[in-house]
Amino acid sequence: MKLTRRNMIAISSGAAVVASFGAMPAFASLADDAIAEITGGAEMGEGALTITAPEIAENGNTVPISFDAPGAVMVALFADGNPTPKVASFKFGKLSPSHSASTRIRLAGTQNVVAVAQMEDGSFQKTQANIKVTIGGCGG
Amino acid sequence: MISRRDFLQVSMAASALVGASGFGNWSRLAAQQSLTQDQLLEFDTFGNVSLIHITDIHGQLKPIHFREPSINIGVGDNKGVVPHITGADFRKAYGIADGSPSHYALSSGDFSSLAQAYGRVGGLDRVATVIKAIRADRPDAILLDGGDTWHGSYTCLKTQGQDMVNVMNALKPDAMTFHWEFTLGSERVQEIVESLPFAALGQNIFDAEWDEPTELFPPYKMFERGGTKIAVIGQAFPYMPIANPGWMFPEYSFGIRDENMNAMVQEVRAAGAECVVVLSHNGFDVDKKMASVVPGIDVILSGHTHDALPEPVTVGQTIILPSGSNGKFVSRVDLDIRDGRMMGYRTKLIPIFSDVIEPDAEVAALIDEQRAPHVADMAEVIGQTDSLLYRRGNFNGTWDDVICDALISERDAEIALSPGVRWGPSVVPGQDITREDIFGVTSMSYGKAYRTEMTGEFLQVILEDVADNIFNPDPYYQQGGDMVRTGGLGYRIDVSKPQGERISNMTLLSTGELIDPARAYVVAGWASVNENTEGPQIWDVVENHIAKLGTVTVEQNNSVEVVGV
Repeated sequence: MKLTRRNMIAISSGAAVVASFGAMPAFASLADDAIAEITGGAEMGEGALTITAPEIAENGNTVPISFDAPGAVMVALFADGNPTPKVASFKFGKLSPSHSASTRIRLAGTQNVVAVAQMEDGSFQKTQANIKVTIGGCGG
Repeated sequence: MISRRDFLQVSMAASALVGASGFGNWSRLAAQQSLTQDQLLEFDTFGNVSLIHITDIHGQLKPIHFREPSINIGVGDNKGVVPHITGADFRKAYGIADGSPSHYALSSGDFSSLAQAYGRVGGLDRVATVIKAIRADRPDAILLDGGDTWHGSYTCLKTQGQDMVNVMNALKPDAMTFHWEFTLGSERVQEIVESLPFAALGQNIFDAEWDEPTELFPPYKMFERGGTKIAVIGQAFPYMPIANPGWMFPEYSFGIRDENMNAMVQEVRAAGAECVVVLSHNGFDVDKKMASVVPGIDVILSGHTHDALPEPVTVGQTIILPSGSNGKFVSRVDLDIRDGRMMGYRTKLIPIFSDVIEPDAEVAALIDEQRAPHVADMAEVIGQTDSLLYRRGNFNGTWDDVICDALISERDAEIALSPGVRWGPSVVPGQDITREDIFGVTSMSYGKAYRTEMTGEFLQVILEDVADNIFNPDPYYQQGGDMVRTGGLGYRIDVSKPQGERISNMTLLSTGELIDPARAYVVAGWASVNENTEGPQIWDVVENHIAKLGTVTVEQNNSVEVVGV
């Protein structure tokens, strides 16, 4: 399923957290730099790549993330609010039965997890999910 | 597609609390004397399938008072639309006359005097009568319990939910989903669920270790009724380990998981379901968004946020019905399922006026049996109240004011924090406050009242964090409670701002000074989600406080200034 609209709303609120809380340094530029290393600054499309992630992490220390990228030869994951944004990269060969994977990552706070896929034709795709890390505690 | 004719026919029926007899009929009934059980139950049976929905009972076996909120702010796409309109605005939107039974059941305003006229609501013995009457019309009606059932009362706490299980079993539900049930601890939940003679559903209840579906909680159940196949998919409260203590049920993971919901809808459709019903504990705004994201759901029976609406809200081809809380309402939903689709519906939100609906004798006896060992303890009068004690509202409720005062005085604190939960019956002025009343607004499996120091900066982080759980414009990031209640601490909140910018002007009320981010304040609170929290139980703290006061009088609370609405 596409997560575009949700992401658009979420990104704006996530960015505000980084800006206003001060406790969390803005690592987004580090992630941008790391992504540019892979893509060489090429335009990134979207549509073929999806991320599945919780909207709010149950435990920021171990957040389940999965992606599905049919037609990708490589998918790299970045956590744009972590001190080291690079999380992992996955390579898929021609005989790979599915171009998907799941893993768990540690998130320092509310932030975006960004997936960048390199497709068979050499083009790039990008998608992201905003994951909130909260102190919680007052459910109805 | 549902034809336009079907929709018109449906909207006529659905827009009435009294079903086919026409909306607004109640307004002409001056008082309870002219309200009868037949009128409450009147329904022109429709289509070939009936659903019965009850949700968020919160352990209330007996009739109670329950005041609906006067402040329930919607943000983003939900600004100014139901259920985020209250009081007189709500009545205007639905054409409900002031002082009418619908006013009393569905909206705030004049609650104390209307409570005198119309009496208590709810009581599972009355609910049993309603369910039996619907089954007399439609013997194979599907009864669905939306969860928050095994929590919220003295007897429920003492019996670890067994009282509710015994009584609900007598009502013979067909399926259930969950939220507060898990605060009994996963071992107890498993023990009860294995004993249930009906389905325990949750497409979003996963094994935490492997992030896979569980065997104990299947995603859905198929029912063959009225010559068709209906799939009921369960959706448990998505944020249990965040809003409640996850250490009590570490084996389970939740989340909205709309991708999996979509897969389940496809799966049941492929298996021949002509109608897909979601039994949800998402909360109303989350359900609206889910209906817009996941295609193919016909009906969402909505719980968690305790909203009660006299007619369904439609999102695309999906109808969403929230059926209130605390045993106050039962929804009847008749569906016309033909040719592989829902052709029409007729619904009725039935308010359980306890003085009008005859209790079912068998269930009444069963309830008394559950309560008998505890009646003497529960009935003890702790004090009286001059004020209406209620909880619902985004920022405060008078019950919470009493609880915060109790925390400050009994725990010798500067500031008190009380969770923004939405359960807990009301107590009307002039009434005794019994121990049962206190448990009604405090009982839980993690009720210890902590006392600690927090810096001004950390207090602000807490307020910002909780505010974003309520006022994030994307419902998927909302947890469905209300703002944490504060005692001794005032603040201004701009609900239109993003997280980190909503809270300002935090003030220590005892001195009138602004909160110093660097200073440590003595804070007392309860319902911490942290393991190994220490302190006396909150119900003992509140009881001691009320016993000392004798009579409770709650002043107007102006400590929260709300802007950006």
